[in-house]
Amino acid sequence: MKFIFDSDSWQEIYGSIRKNKVRTGITIIGVLWGIFLLVVLLGAARGMENGFKKLFGDFATNSVFVWTQSTDTPFRGFQKGRTFRLKEADIEILKREFEGEIKLLAPRNQTNNLITHDFKSGNFQVCGDYPVLDQIQKKKLIYGRFINENDMLTTSKVTVISEDMYIQLFDKGVYPIGAYVKINNINYKVVGVYEPSNTINLDGDSAYIPFSTFKRVYNTGNNIDWMVITAEEGINIEQMEKDVILTLKNLHNVHPEDKRAFGSFNLGTQIAKLTGFLTGMQFLTWFVGIATLIAGVFAIGNILLITVKERTKEIGIRRAIGATPRSIRQQIILESVFLTTIAGMLGIIFGSAVLFVIDTAFGQGPDAALVNPTVNIPIIIIAFATLVVLGTLIGLIPAHMATIVKPIEALREE
Amino acid sequence: MIRIEKLHKSYPIGKESIHVLKGIDLHIKEGEFVSIMGSSGSGKSTLLNIVGLLDIHDEGNYYLNGELIKDMNEKKAAILRNKFLGFVFQSFNLISYKTALENVALPLYYKGVNRKERLEIAMEYLEKVGLKEWANHLPNELSGGQKQRVAIARALVTKPKVVLADEPTGALDSTTTDSVMDLLKDINNEGMTVFVITHEEEVAAQTKRIVRLKDGVIVSDELTKNTNSVSHV
Repeated sequence: MKFIFDSDSWQEIYGSIRKNKVRTGITIIGVLWGIFLLVVLLGAARGMENGFKKLFGDFATNSVFVWTQSTDTPFRGFQKGRTFRLKEADIEILKREFEGEIKLLAPRNQTNNLITHDFKSGNFQVCGDYPVLDQIQKKKLIYGRFINENDMLTTSKVTVISEDMYIQLFDKGVYPIGAYVKINNINYKVVGVYEPSNTINLDGDSAYIPFSTFKRVYNTGNNIDWMVITAEEGINIEQMEKDVILTLKNLHNVHPEDKRAFGSFNLGTQIAKLTGFLTGMQFLTWFVGIATLIAGVFAIGNILLITVKERTKEIGIRRAIGATPRSIRQQIILESVFLTTIAGMLGIIFGSAVLFVIDTAFGQGPDAALVNPTVNIPIIIIAFATLVVLGTLIGLIPAHMATIVKPIEALREE
Repeated sequence: MIRIEKLHKSYPIGKESIHVLKGIDLHIKEGEFVSIMGSSGSGKSTLLNIVGLLDIHDEGNYYLNGELIKDMNEKKAAILRNKFLGFVFQSFNLISYKTALENVALPLYYKGVNRKERLEIAMEYLEKVGLKEWANHLPNELSGGQKQRVAIARALVTKPKVVLADEPTGALDSTTTDSVMDLLKDINNEGMTVFVITHEEEVAAQTKRIVRLKDGVIVSDELTKNTNSVSHV
């Protein structure tokens, strides 16, 4: 190992590289490109993953949405094609039946109404909601607060409006909290303004009012339009979705095999699909990166083989004046490792630079396509170590070729 | 210094094999200045390669510095070459991207001498061959005679027992030939054993002993008039 730290070994390498500057440069680009691709692709894949994560950021990702449609099978004397509604009673039953499995359950009612403030107006979605909605999909409040339990109990006429509504309905600079807006000609006091999330969300621009108020104002009785359920940690959300729907079918006299009666959307499975896609992308990235890396290392082996062939005579001279085969081999392997290492370092530096540029240009702000595109240091170290090992292994071939020729034949070479 | 007994060497060419050396007996003592003469194909280069441990003989015995050369592997041969032998080639065989000084210092590198020391020693030898001012020139900036003098300095730098010169003047004109031969003579006068291969009578005439080879056997072995203090068996 001493020869690695011997300045003379490096002197020799410098001499041989200086002799073939252009060729060495081009060869280095091969490996450089490989590790560059690996770094950039891994970074981009990571950025994409972060982007998706951010997309679901404010939303509980283990959520199921359930609503009613019409039956497709006659059951217990009911004709097929019957329409029916979810009831408030269902909520209590589900909460009891699935205790320990359901974490949050938010029943919801929705309608569209004209909302006015002074002389300004607009048509918006109005949602009757439980305060728990804020836990399923976190609302970023600019002013005020979200609906609370007290509003529910007192069936207060309060509303939380979106920033867009605030801009559309209010004059510039007017403080909205405590002001009144008319929804369907009834006055509601504004208690909060939220910033609509530009990620996945349930209901775009909506004015939220307490569920109890909605029930009274729109006379919905015990009906529920739909509900959002989130599962406890570690619960199989797909199984829970099936079980919940089966329970609801039983409550509403729907055939257990009925496929149309209940509609549902499972965010968990959708995300799992996406995560699978990301995993696939990452695998592809590794595959492409490492394949390119290997191709690059082979290029180095190839160029060293040519160099060795060209230097046959020189190697013959060196051996005539006392170089042992071992010292010749060490020299060539060291040269190979040196070239791969330099190429690897440059590749990592350039790759990181490109990631930095991507991050600066596209990686910041709410609409970022690639969020924080980065590569882990351990991954870099592993890739680098692989490179050094491959460089050594590939260097063995030209090193062997260099010493297989007898010095006498090497000297005859012109 | 060099003792060769009944040395045979043949090269396979296709299915046939050519018998190049057919029983050579030669004894060279320390301090001799011997030239091997012969037309091409007489086996003189093969003999030099075997003496120089660049090739292996088939039959017979070869003693270098009293040591029987047998079952040589590359590593052993390399060490012996570095220790006992200095080579001078017809085509100089300098390393093109190294300066004259670095070329001379290279054998010391393989001997494990540190950089500073070996450059000092190399400079000493360059001075000896009269090329001190050319130390930092690359071989392609030197004339043929200068290149050969660098090569001789390189052969001497490890203080070998024997200098082996394969047609050292083959690529030189008559003036430079003389200067190179003078150099070899000086080295010999300092006590170094010099072993020259040549086909030029004038070159051979400047040595102290001429061995003539023909078709793989020694046809004559005589001392020249240059011989004074050194005698042979």
